[in-house]
Amino acid sequence: MSKDATHKDSYPRAEVTLPNGSHFSHKHLLGIEDLDPVEIKVLLDQADIYVGQSRQRNKSTPHLSGLTQINLFFENSTRTLGSFEIAGKRLGMDTVSMSAATSSVKKGETLLDTAVTLNAMRPDVLVIRHGDSGTVKLLAEKMDCAVINAGDGRHEHPTQALLDALTIRNRKGKLHGLTVAICGDVTHSRVARSNILLLNAMGARVRLIAPPTLLPKDVERMGVTLFTSMEDGLKDVDVVMMLRLQQERMEGSFLPSLSEYYRFWGLTREKLAFAKDDALVMHPGPMNRGVEIASDVADDLEKSAIQEQVEMGVAVRMACLDVFTRDRRPEGDIA
Amino acid sequence: MSQVTLYTNARLIDPATGMDQLGDILIEHDKIAEIGTIKDNTGLIETVDCGGRILAPGLIDMRTHDVDSKSASAGGITTIILQPDQKTIIDSEDEVERICDRASRKSSVNVRPMGAATKGMKGTELAEMGSMLAAGAVAVSDCRASITNARVMRRMMEYATHFDGLIVNFAEDPALAEGGFAHEGATATKLGLAGIPVEAEVTMIERDALLSRMTGARVHIALVSSAAGIDAVRRAKAAGTKITCSVAPHYLHLNDNALEGYRTFAKVSPPLRGEEDRLALITGIADGTVDCIVSDHDPRSEDVKRLPLAQADAGIVGFETLLALSLSHVHAESFDLMTALKAMTTTPANLLGLKAGRLAKGAPADLVIFDLGKPWVITDTKLKSSEKNTPFDTLPVQGKVWQTIVGGAVVFNS
Repeated sequence: MSKDATHKDSYPRAEVTLPNGSHFSHKHLLGIEDLDPVEIKVLLDQADIYVGQSRQRNKSTPHLSGLTQINLFFENSTRTLGSFEIAGKRLGMDTVSMSAATSSVKKGETLLDTAVTLNAMRPDVLVIRHGDSGTVKLLAEKMDCAVINAGDGRHEHPTQALLDALTIRNRKGKLHGLTVAICGDVTHSRVARSNILLLNAMGARVRLIAPPTLLPKDVERMGVTLFTSMEDGLKDVDVVMMLRLQQERMEGSFLPSLSEYYRFWGLTREKLAFAKDDALVMHPGPMNRGVEIASDVADDLEKSAIQEQVEMGVAVRMACLDVFTRDRRPEGDIA
Repeated sequence: MSQVTLYTNARLIDPATGMDQLGDILIEHDKIAEIGTIKDNTGLIETVDCGGRILAPGLIDMRTHDVDSKSASAGGITTIILQPDQKTIIDSEDEVERICDRASRKSSVNVRPMGAATKGMKGTELAEMGSMLAAGAVAVSDCRASITNARVMRRMMEYATHFDGLIVNFAEDPALAEGGFAHEGATATKLGLAGIPVEAEVTMIERDALLSRMTGARVHIALVSSAAGIDAVRRAKAAGTKITCSVAPHYLHLNDNALEGYRTFAKVSPPLRGEEDRLALITGIADGTVDCIVSDHDPRSEDVKRLPLAQADAGIVGFETLLALSLSHVHAESFDLMTALKAMTTTPANLLGLKAGRLAKGAPADLVIFDLGKPWVITDTKLKSSEKNTPFDTLPVQGKVWQTIVGGAVVFNS
């Protein structure tokens, strides 16, 4: 788990290191799809630095002071919103969070108007979450500042995939060559999509394990192997990523009951035994205990990296805020 | 004043008879008076030299949601069949008369409505089919709503046989399609969009075919979008079913990849499907499984299009691109010119009982004259339609309308 080990991990193409301070080639972070392995590695390496900073007594640095960060959340969120807020504050940014309750911003004109209005306030980075796929991209087209996607519908949640990758890299020392099983409600999951893209880009092998109703059509064309049985799918995997069951989206015909789901697809010690002995258990949260994961598995600090994921989340978001605001800061002003 | 015009030096194409020859055509008032080699011995008749361009029956567009006649005439369309999904739903004799009346005063092209199949297009009670047909409706349809209830559909078909009425159904099982708006496939999965499976279309086509054989009624599938849907129609036709179907040019040109980047202008209903589906539709036209090509013209403003894909309205404008996009498959030799024109003239005329759609003595002088090979670029800002929601902006095409003639009068002249 030494730092040197983590840096030798990844996909060979990602071994190129960008000259320090070079500007990132993207204005916005809309999804993992836009990133290549080198860029992913740059973000992860930067996040590693912030892990250290966040563990010190003095967690804040003034590197990004004077910049304004707006978090615009059209969907309820506690941990992602909190994580972005803390990340911004630790970098010295002025952070404002707006929860655009779905009642006030429903119509599209208002949506684009909101973007234009916020843009006029001259933020330096805008973090957006919205319930419809593609909406963050739509809003980004109207913004002069950097836009970071904090989750759009079922499409992507790039910072989640990055923090998952950072967690795995720190625990396993590498990403490439690992076999990762993503289990649960893939159909409704933006976390799954971003993770598939990132893990594939970094040379990991990805399996999906889900009941047939929760596997979207032709998903194997994203470069994954499909399983419907936990026992088969978990065989010899290095990492088990559980997904949250989106109970509010189930509406009757996806699953007969939560208890039956738990019986066949919930992660218990017995099912986990099929994975490698040192398999890592992950969950993006919030967990439904006794639905997708058993409490004793979730709380087993040996195997479970769930708390670590939250910690890495802050570091990854600091890295994203830093990297995506670099072109707003004078040359050489690198955190 | 008696209006007589002689069009000379035209490549006359009549899909009704298969005629394709160089010749002249004489228009008297609103009728075709003579076809062949015509000499003006008096020297007094107004003569138009077509310069070898194609002169064909004006296009009959069997599925449009808005009158937008300036755009229609620019597209060579002389008769538009208005769908019943207007501000006031066309589900009564009065409403049919009002539409016909208003069109005769305000529209430069012929407008004939389809009546709603059920009252308020709610799918439960039959609308007054007989009265609407008598008042000028050409068929009945619930437009974008599938007639889901099999009992209602069965009774409607039985009832329609008395009037020889045509029932047009939008084939999409609402239960299978619920919540979806994109083709259920790799693109929707990648973009995180809720999908509609192909089977939503196929089950409805199969059921309609079954009920049509049971009752003997004529049924028309409004917009077939998939290979499996085309197969279902092909099988039904082989079994002697009185079933016909349409496609629209955008389904022949685009597949679901057009949604990449969340382009709402590519959001249509039924959704653009996979590449194999697109190719199957083209084959369907070539082998006669597909009967008609329609525009599905549906102007939608920026306000309802510049939205997240899930919230944006479906629909594109199609009048001015109908002919050129269809001809591009003729240029690509996917199907021949006669087949393409027939699907936009004679066949819809026959299905709907219209006198137009042919070049014949005494037939209405509804004509289009166009340059088969003339290249141009589709430019959204240059469209005459009330809104510019086309996914084909900047697409180069071949085949441009030169003149559109409705009832003997020139309504569009490039």
